[in-house]
This record gives sequence, structure tokens and C-alpha cells, in this order.
Amino acid sequence: MFKTFKLGGVHPAENKLSEDKPIQVLPIPKIASIPFSQHLGAPAKVLVARGDVVKAGQLIAKGEAFISANIHSSVSGKVQKIDNIVDTSGFRRPAVVIAVDGDEWEESIDRSPELKTEITLGQKEIIQKINDMGVVGLGGATFPSHVKLMVPEGKKAEVLIINGVECEPYLTSDHRLMLEKGEEMLVGVQILKIALGVNKAIIGIENNKPDAIKHLSDLAQKHEGIEVQGLKVKYPQGAEKQLIKALINREVPSGKLPIEVGAVVNNAGTAFAVYEAVQKNKPLMERVVTLTGKSVKDPGNFMVRIGTPISELIEAAGGLPEDTGKVIGGGPMMGKALNSLEVPVVKGTSGILIMPEKESQREKVLHCIRCSKCVSVCPMGLEPYLLEKLVMFEDWDRTQSEKVMDCIECGSCHYTCPANRPLLDYIRLGKNKVGQIMRSRAGK
Amino acid sequence: MNDVMIFAIASLGGIGIAASVILYFVAQKFKVVEDPRIDEVEESLPAANCGGCGYAGCRAFAEALVKQGDDKSNLDGLNCPVGGNDVMATVASILSLEVEEQDPLIAVVRCNGSHANSPKKVMYEGATSCAFAHNLFSGEGGCSFGCLGLGDCVKSCDFDAIHMNSETGLPEVNDKCVACGACVEACPRDIIELRPKGKKDRRIFVSCVNKEKGGPAKKNCDVACIGCGKCVKVCPFDAITMENNLAYIDPIKCRLCRKCVPECPTEAIHELNFPIPKVKKEPVAVSQPKVQDVKSIKEESPAEAVKEPKSAPAEKPEKPQEKPEDKTNETN
Amino acid sequence: MNLLKVSGSPHVHTDNSVKNIMYGVIYAMIPAMLVSVYFFGLDALRVMVLSVVACLLVEYLLQKYVVKTDVTIWDGSAIITGILLAFNVPSNLPWWIILIGAIVSIGVAKTSFGGLGKNIFNPALVGRVFLLISFPVQMTSWPVPKPIGGTALTDAVTGPTPLGIMKEGLAAGQSVQEIMPEIPNYVQNLMTGFQGGSLGEVSAIALILGAIYMLYRKIITWHTPFAYLGSVVIFSGILWLVDPTQFVDPLFHLVTGGMILGVFYMATDMVSSPMSTRGQLVFGAGAGILTILIRVFGAYPEGVSFAILIMNGFVPLIDRAFKPARFGEMVKS
Repeated sequence: MFKTFKLGGVHPAENKLSEDKPIQVLPIPKIASIPFSQHLGAPAKVLVARGDVVKAGQLIAKGEAFISANIHSSVSGKVQKIDNIVDTSGFRRPAVVIAVDGDEWEESIDRSPELKTEITLGQKEIIQKINDMGVVGLGGATFPSHVKLMVPEGKKAEVLIINGVECEPYLTSDHRLMLEKGEEMLVGVQILKIALGVNKAIIGIENNKPDAIKHLSDLAQKHEGIEVQGLKVKYPQGAEKQLIKALINREVPSGKLPIEVGAVVNNAGTAFAVYEAVQKNKPLMERVVTLTGKSVKDPGNFMVRIGTPISELIEAAGGLPEDTGKVIGGGPMMGKALNSLEVPVVKGTSGILIMPEKESQREKVLHCIRCSKCVSVCPMGLEPYLLEKLVMFEDWDRTQSEKVMDCIECGSCHYTCPANRPLLDYIRLGKNKVGQIMRSRAGK
Repeated sequence: MNDVMIFAIASLGGIGIAASVILYFVAQKFKVVEDPRIDEVEESLPAANCGGCGYAGCRAFAEALVKQGDDKSNLDGLNCPVGGNDVMATVASILSLEVEEQDPLIAVVRCNGSHANSPKKVMYEGATSCAFAHNLFSGEGGCSFGCLGLGDCVKSCDFDAIHMNSETGLPEVNDKCVACGACVEACPRDIIELRPKGKKDRRIFVSCVNKEKGGPAKKNCDVACIGCGKCVKVCPFDAITMENNLAYIDPIKCRLCRKCVPECPTEAIHELNFPIPKVKKEPVAVSQPKVQDVKSIKEESPAEAVKEPKSAPAEKPEKPQEKPEDKTNETN
Repeated sequence: MNLLKVSGSPHVHTDNSVKNIMYGVIYAMIPAMLVSVYFFGLDALRVMVLSVVACLLVEYLLQKYVVKTDVTIWDGSAIITGILLAFNVPSNLPWWIILIGAIVSIGVAKTSFGGLGKNIFNPALVGRVFLLISFPVQMTSWPVPKPIGGTALTDAVTGPTPLGIMKEGLAAGQSVQEIMPEIPNYVQNLMTGFQGGSLGEVSAIALILGAIYMLYRKIITWHTPFAYLGSVVIFSGILWLVDPTQFVDPLFHLVTGGMILGVFYMATDMVSSPMSTRGQLVFGAGAGILTILIRVFGAYPEGVSFAILIMNGFVPLIDRAFKPARFGEMVKS
């Protein structure tokens, strides 16, 4: 019996080109650029200076604010400069540029491949460890994990949900990780359970990955309180609120966090990173990245050091195709179009998608024909056509009262619009403006 | 028959008389005494309702004028940018006050990152909204301070005074500009500034707002201010300040001597509507693409009557570069 | 290499397009078009071709010379309007009346509001109602169907529609049971097309076939037709139960007149119907009640067109009042 969420949703062509490709380790780059701000929240404060020699795994920037995360060097070498570089956000932001020399790791890191199942640390220590190791949500939003694990007072976590949905078309990094590092991941889930103080965890996986469902179900029999649940293929099932609805049939109220209904959602990749951080003492310095695209010669999944320029990743997959029109950091539904090929891989880069020229072109925008497709596919039950119009007329009050802030920016409306209207573009603008207005009102 | 008619006439007439009496008393009781001067002042205003004065419309501005005129017997700080000095003088005479003449302002686009100067590195597709593109990426030319060229300023203008030049991809202000400030508000990158029109429409300004260091700035745009500071040194009136690698010419202190113009290595300082000297070599600025109007030189500027600009134009406070919203919910 | 493109997400798009949807509707109307040609002969073809060409021509001229926008006559919407207009008129209508209908449909009801997507009212219905009010004689002299190679039911060339017979009979003081024999075998005939009426009214089966296709292609949803038919059945059923001699049974209402055509092809018109499913249910129910009200108590024997047009006018209000179910609104379980 496969579950799913009720409201809206679309089913774009899956195009999981690289699902059978095992994870390859990408060679260490010659130069690594590690941005300070790879997570949601305040940028980390830099600790190194030009000319310093750093080791792989060394802390180079400290997250001092409450919502912030530590940044570690992913390579060993000399700090060449600390400068603004174009990163995945599309803007020039500060980063540490390291000229790589050898591959010397911090001694504290356990590099042995053995599985370490015994969990020795307690709840507080685990959270501290996750904080120290700079683990963030690896699904794409990069929310610092330790903040997520600290249950606010008066709230109680009842169930831990592990997001192995990977509902974005093309991407396969979580899928491969679940298949190849399933045991480690389940230990990571146990650690997360202890950190949250819950005794039940559900792993949600869409049924286009039957091998992963089977593999993890078999492994989970050895673990107490971990359940694997298959889900119908439907985008955006990987969105927190939709996943909670699908798995435990609870709805997170508007403007509230999942903890409101007793759930905490973590990505499958995050569970693996937590395992490495807690059991192996290894900071988040590399991650699995899918490099894919219809005209890419050799799509695949790669274990990549943070800070590697994506051009090296593209080389490893057979070079940049002739007809490239767009390079996207992330999946095709929510990913960000990159404006340079020298952008480094960061903690939130789950994939690099290379779109051919003819697919990357947007079609001509026509008048809205009120077909109500956008309304019927919106997983939050909003009216995208209306929000677009309100934003165009700059009616911010009504934009707010029509719940623009509930939008999860999944892009279903934009995807489905037969008139090719840039609905999400305007809704994003509306969210931005309304957010500013709300903040300035709250400040008064 | 007659009875019916008489009854009808009497009853309707009676109702009429009763109603008129009630209405008379209601009108007396709820009479709103309004200063007749407000109407008079409003009459003299341009009725553009543009909001350039900072009030919701011309009526609200008229009320504010009369109120301040009564309370403080001056009109300091109140100015109708559309009507200019003539209108303010009329208003002052209605309120039997004196008003200082203001130097008229005009919107100035401080970016010269045209297609030629800042070649496209990527192509943007999507909503034609600068506000959206501003949060999406740095810009087609790579400069995260420069003009995005999607025309939010054009859309905001009620006076048909600002238009996109399709050749350069930059907006151009024409002489219809009344300095209402709508485009200044609309520009998400704070490129447009209201500056005094200047004598004979002559202006000198830094046509760049890039706060990056010289290297990266120049990499993205040939005519960026690189913060070298040469203009600061050469200025005899201390009118140029350097902050965050960006030169700014104070229009009040500037005496239009033009010494800084040839000094700028990237031709980022623009001069407008100056006559071309016959003896000297052709000055640098003339070869530059004019982002401002050149027509207006023919018309007599009202600023000619003004000897010295007396009050400082409200300088726009530096807004911090807004962080792009990255609050996408986790979906994977 | 070309310049990289930058745009906001999403970066993929469905194959669905406005053109796709519009031509889907046209395909759905093909069975009904064939049936009408079968029953009314070349006259039907003449009316349909005239109407479609007139609509295209009017739209072309207006877009090219009056509004001065891109000419978009091949997006399919004008063709739909043309066919629907033809479906709503008798097959012996003079050509100039059809032309007037096209001008009103496309010019007044569509282009003057800003073209496709901006019109408040269904253009074909506006044209139809305009013609019905302006040319009542021509618009209500219904030719009796004469299948190609078959024989007509009666010798008369024209005759009233079942609804017309019923209305006149009831007005003359007869009871339903007395009038019924004058409409022979109405259910069977109406389903397969032996009734007098406009082109699109003749065969309910062909229309339903097309409607199933549209439902399958997800061009229309079930909400509006369901609510419409449901409220017709309930409301006329109540009246029928109250007094079977004065009010006809619900089935009669369902299969007569333009009910099927209106419910599946015109009430579901995307542009002039509400956006949320809740709104569509309200819209359908309202149109159903209005239809019966007009048919039973109004001056016209047929009420579908008026009912849909009246409800079209309420769409902005319905959109404002009936929002889709928001996520998080449902009760925690």
C-alpha cells in the first residue's frame, strides 16, 4: 500500500538517468573555493587568513549566530585568498579559496570504512557534535541540523521522518546513497532518534525506487523502531509538509514548523552525514552530487569535496555538451540556474543538471485562460493565478491575506501552466515583498 | 376624485416640507468647517497626485501646506516637485507667506553598464521585473549593483519621462521628469538618484554605484568606478567623497568645474550638456554614450534664476544590499 | 557556446499548452458535428462552416486593424466559439444572421474585453442570446431532422422543440400527461437525435462521447457538470413530486434542449467559470437551479444559455468567496 499526500501535485517526467550508476569518488580539485554561507541563516565567521596552511577537516569558519553552521576545509593546502566569488546563489559572496596540496586530514577523523553501530554519546553530546561538524540539511534548503534537533520548549517530538523521497526529476544522489550506504544511514537514523528523544522513525521512499525500499526494509528489520514506507510518485512529496501529510496524515498549520504536529523531518543524506559526524568524527566536507542531463555523455553520481568547481565535475561526466542551454544547481523543479561554470559545489548541491538549449527555453507567455490547472496542482491549496495578478498590481495586503507566505515554491503551478505564465517568478517576488513588509511591521 | 388629488398633493407636500426642515437642521448640526484656502491651494497644485511631495495626493498636500502655514508660518520642507517654484510661489501668496526657491531636481540614472560596456555573460528569462531579477542573480553582465534593464522604473513613471533605450539596455530620463521620485523607489538597486538639474541643465555625476573593489568591478564592466580616488584628489571644492570603493559627487558642493571628468580612468564620471570647447581637444565625456537627455539644453532652465542652490536635496540613505531570499523549503 | 540562461525555477514545463487544450475541445465536438450533418444534411455543414469562418474573420480583422495586437486566430478559441455558436442555432438560419452572431460573439463578448482569457461571458452564448432576442422568429423555427437516406418524423419542414411543445401546452392549461403523447418517445429520440432543435441539441449521445474525451484529457473536471446536472435533477425532481401534472419529470429536463451541450461544453468554459473546485460546484448548482426556474416559470422554453450567462456574471464573486481548500486548514487527525 503506497501512501501519498492529498492536495495538488504534478508528475513531471522522471528522467532518472543515473539511478544505476554507483557513486564514484571525484578526484580532489586543484583549487577549492569554500563559501562562508552554505546554509540558511547567518554566514559563518572566518577563522583563517591568507597564507594559512589548513588540513582537510579543519574548522575554517565558525557559525556564531543561533541559526548558522560551522564550515570546514574539505582539502588540505594553503589559503590563497579570501575573496568574493560567484557561488550557487547567483551572487558574489565571500569564500575561502584554497590551493590544494596533497590530502592531509585532521587526525581526529576516523577514516576506516568499518561500520560502527554502537552509539556511545548521549542526547546533548550528539547535538553538540552535529553542531561542531557543521551538518546541515542536505535536501537543498540547508537548514542547520542541530537547530532542527533542538525541540523548542513546550513542544514534543513524537516521530522522526527520514526523507528518502527524492521527488525531483533527474536527481539520484539520495537513491544511490540509500543503496550503497544503507547500514550507515540507519545508524544515523538511530542517532537522530536519540537526539530527538523519539522511539519511532519512518523512512519515506517513492515507489520509483523499489530497490531502495527493499534494501532498507531488509536492513531495518535489524533496527528497532525504524519503519520504511513506500510512497506513490508525486511531486512535491519531498517537501516537509507534504511528506508529513503523506506519512502520518497530519497537516502542519500555516506558518508553523513541523514540530507543531510532533514531527521532525530529516533528509536521507543528512542521516548519513550525521552518522559520519557522530561515529567517525568527520565534518561535512564532501557529499554525493548527481551530474546529469539528457545530452551529458556519462551521467553519474559522484562523491565530491565541498568547494570543487562544477567544471571539474562536468569534465568527469564527459565534458560540457555542445547544446548546453542552462546549468542548474539542484533539480529541474526547484534548482537554481547557475550563471558560471566555476561555481563551487556547496553543502546544498544535490545535483548539477545540464539542460539542452531547446529545453531550457521558456515558451512565449500568453494570457491566463483561467483553466484553473495551477489551482488544482498547488500542494498548499493556494491560487497562483491570483497571487500573480496581485503581485503585478502590487496589492501587498491582499497578497498576504491570500497566504502567499504559505507557498513552498515547488513550481508545480509554473510547470503546469498551459499559457507559460511565469507564476512562480511573481509569487517569489510577492513572498519577498510581503516578507519585508511583515518584518518591518514586526520591528515597529 | 378631487379628494384623492388633494390628499395626494397635501401628503407629498407635507413630506417634502418635513424633509427639508430635517435636512436643514442636519446640515447645520453636522457642518464641516473647512478652510477655504485648502480648496484654493489645491486648485493651484498640478493635480497630478503623483505623491512626489510625500503626501497621498494633491488634496492631502494642500491640507498639509495650509496647516503648516498656520502653525509655523513657513513652508519649509514642503515642496511640490512637479509644479516647481512657480506653484510654490502661488501657494505661498495664497497663504500670504514667503517661500524659498528650490533648485529643481531631476532623476539621474547612475549606471552606464550598457550592452557594450558590460557584455552579457548569461541570458535572463522570466518575469520582466527588476525586483524579481534582483533577488535571483547578479545580473546579465555580472555586476550585482548595476542596472538590470527590465524597466521597473519605466513602469513606475506616471509622466512618460523615463524610457528604456533598446540599444544600451539602460533607462533614459527625458525633460518631462518632474522628480516625483517614483523611479527612485522602484529601482531595487538604488541606481536612480534625484539630483539638482543644475544651471543650464549642466550636471556632473558618477555614473556607477558598484561598491566592489576595482578588480572585480572592472572585470564586469568597462566603465565602473574602481575607487581609485583620483577624482577626490583633484576636486578643489571637496565635493567628492569615496566610500566603499565608490566615488560620490555632492551636487551641492560641486561647482561644475569639470576637473574630475578627464581624471577618471574608466570614464565613470559623466558631464552633461556642457558646450564642446572649440580650442581644446574633444573632451572625454562627449564620446561617451549619453545616458541623459541632450534636448533639454535648448530650453531655458528655471534653475538659471537661481544663483546658489540653498537647501540640500534629501540624500537617499544608503540601503544595505538586500540578501536574496533563500528560504526555499526543503524539497528533494 | 551560447550564453547560459538564467531564470527562476522550475526549469521544466509540461507539454500542455493553450493550443492543445483548445484543439482538444474541438476534437471533442467532432462526433456531435458529424451527427448534426447526418440529421440536418448539408444545411448543418453550411451553418458550421459559415459560423467558424465568420468568427475567424472577425477576430482576424479586429486583432489586425482595431486592437493591433498579434493575430492569434489559430489558437483554436475562435474556432470553438464558431462551432458552439453553430450548435446553438437552427440549421436553416440565413447567413447574415450567423455573421451578426459572430460579430457579437467575437467582437462584443470577447475582443472588447481584451481577448482570450479576459472575457467575462462565454462568447458563443452571448452571440446566441443576442440572436435569440433580436431574431426570435428565425431563431426558433426549428427544422425537423431528416436523416440522410431516411425519412423525417413528420411531413412538416419545421416544428417546435419538445420544450416548446411542453411550454405551450402547459400555458394552454393542459397537464403534462396530456401533452406527453405529442412528443413521441422522447427519451429514445432525444438520445439518438430525432428531435427538432438546434444543431448541437440533437444527439445527447454524441455530446456525451465528446465530454468523456474531455474528461479523459483533463480539459474539464467533473465538478461543474456534476453540480449542474445534480441540481437540475434535484430541483426539477422536487417540483415533479409536488405536482406531476404541472411539472415534467427530471429526465425530460436532462435530455431536452441544450442541457447536455450547455453543461459539458459551455458551463465548463475555462475562461468564464470559477477557478476553485468549490466554486465550480457552486457555479454548476446555481446554473442548474436558474435553468429550471427559467424553463418552468420563465417566458422562454429554454433556459440553459441564460442560466450560464447569469452565473458567468457571478464568477468573480464566487472566486472571491469560495477559496480552494488550503493546506493546513483541514482538521488535525
